[in-house]
Amino acid sequence: MTIEFTLNGKKVAIHTNPLRRLLDVLRDDFHLTGVKEGCGEGECGACSVLVDGMLSNSCIVPVGTLQGTDVLTIEGFRGTERYRVLEEAFAEAGSVQCGFCTPGFIMAAEALLRTNPEPGEDEIREAISGNLCRCTGYHMIVEGITRASRRGAALWK
Amino acid sequence: MEVAYKPASLEEALNIVEERNAIPLAGGTDLMVHRRSWSGLPPRFEHPVVFIGHLDALIGIELEDGILSIGAANTLTSILEHREIPPLLRASIRQIAGPAIRNRATIGGNICNASPAADTLPAFYVLGAEAVLVSTAGTRVVPIEKFIEGPGKTCLRRGELLSRIRVPADRHDIWFFRKVGTRAAYSCSKLSLAAVAHTEKGLAAEVRLALGSIAPTVIRSREAEAFMRAKTAGEIDTHLPRILEYYDSLIDPIDDQRSSAAYRRDASLRLVRYFIRNILLPHIEGTM
Repeated sequence: MTIEFTLNGKKVAIHTNPLRRLLDVLRDDFHLTGVKEGCGEGECGACSVLVDGMLSNSCIVPVGTLQGTDVLTIEGFRGTERYRVLEEAFAEAGSVQCGFCTPGFIMAAEALLRTNPEPGEDEIREAISGNLCRCTGYHMIVEGITRASRRGAALWK
Repeated sequence: MEVAYKPASLEEALNIVEERNAIPLAGGTDLMVHRRSWSGLPPRFEHPVVFIGHLDALIGIELEDGILSIGAANTLTSILEHREIPPLLRASIRQIAGPAIRNRATIGGNICNASPAADTLPAFYVLGAEAVLVSTAGTRVVPIEKFIEGPGKTCLRRGELLSRIRVPADRHDIWFFRKVGTRAAYSCSKLSLAAVAHTEKGLAAEVRLALGSIAPTVIRSREAEAFMRAKTAGEIDTHLPRILEYYDSLIDPIDDQRSSAAYRRDASLRLVRYFIRNILLPHIEGTM
């Protein structure tokens, strides 16, 4: 099946088995290795990307369902001012230790801030409830997202 | 032979389902996990797959004549965002998995998996939902408790798809949902309880209560509900042991990795008692 979609702002077309996981297509075909495989069953959020602005676990999305959609990975997001604010806030708050979960958390934070630029702590915790981090204990990640939302609120409004 | 089809219309999808015995995939959040292969390899399906999540005929939520008709391919997120959704259903959906799963998982998938632990099923049972099934031969409408036949088993015949779930948009004086799980996000339930009730003039006009994860299917006790009908708070309280016995006789739990049968039985009966004593009875007394 040929599948055409927008990937990080560019139109792409691939001819492949439509049941392949988006995760594998991103990493193996497009070499976007910021998308990580953790659990492989939609529970850890390491493979999070945005599909039409909606946070999605790329490990359980068959690529054949993506015709005409807009896919954004950490590589496409990193060129934005919003990413820069999140990166700085994460660094200051100590939100990153080993870093494996970080791209997923950044995408979850972006998905949250797009719809809710000034989230409360509970809303942040709900928004990252599908992302696992085995290093930080989450407190610093919540702090990082809070800092980013205060500093960059205007960017998401 | 194709491994997957992407039909342009519901009619085309129904033909594929009938001719190829194809596996319908809407969100894929369960199918992709259960059929997963090695990392880097596509999942393995025993039949061709037919993508149905994009079909307009299966998307959308309409309110007509007091019935909310929810397209089976609506994502859980899209349902949460709709204003007319009954609060009980909303509460049960909100506790499913996390945002990324709810963005892709569909209501039709949650129903058709027919998991004894499906979070939305107890709510659909007490709300009196009906499943609309379509095939090339036509349409039939089945009450949810008839649609679900056992763990993983529905009354869907070859060639049929669940197209919509219809829910009466009644307002209830009381609604209650409680899911018992290991953590707030992502846990499969150990047990769950959904209830709605109407009260008037110091009486329980109607009480409907469903328990999930404690038997092969969701259970409702028609005897207990009939017994409570038109009773005062005092009468219900006096006969609480008898009401709990009705539920005890229907509870048939298993031991699994999430919980034990003994815990499920004990905790679900306590939850029923909590709902009746702490939610229902004070409410009835308040209407006197």
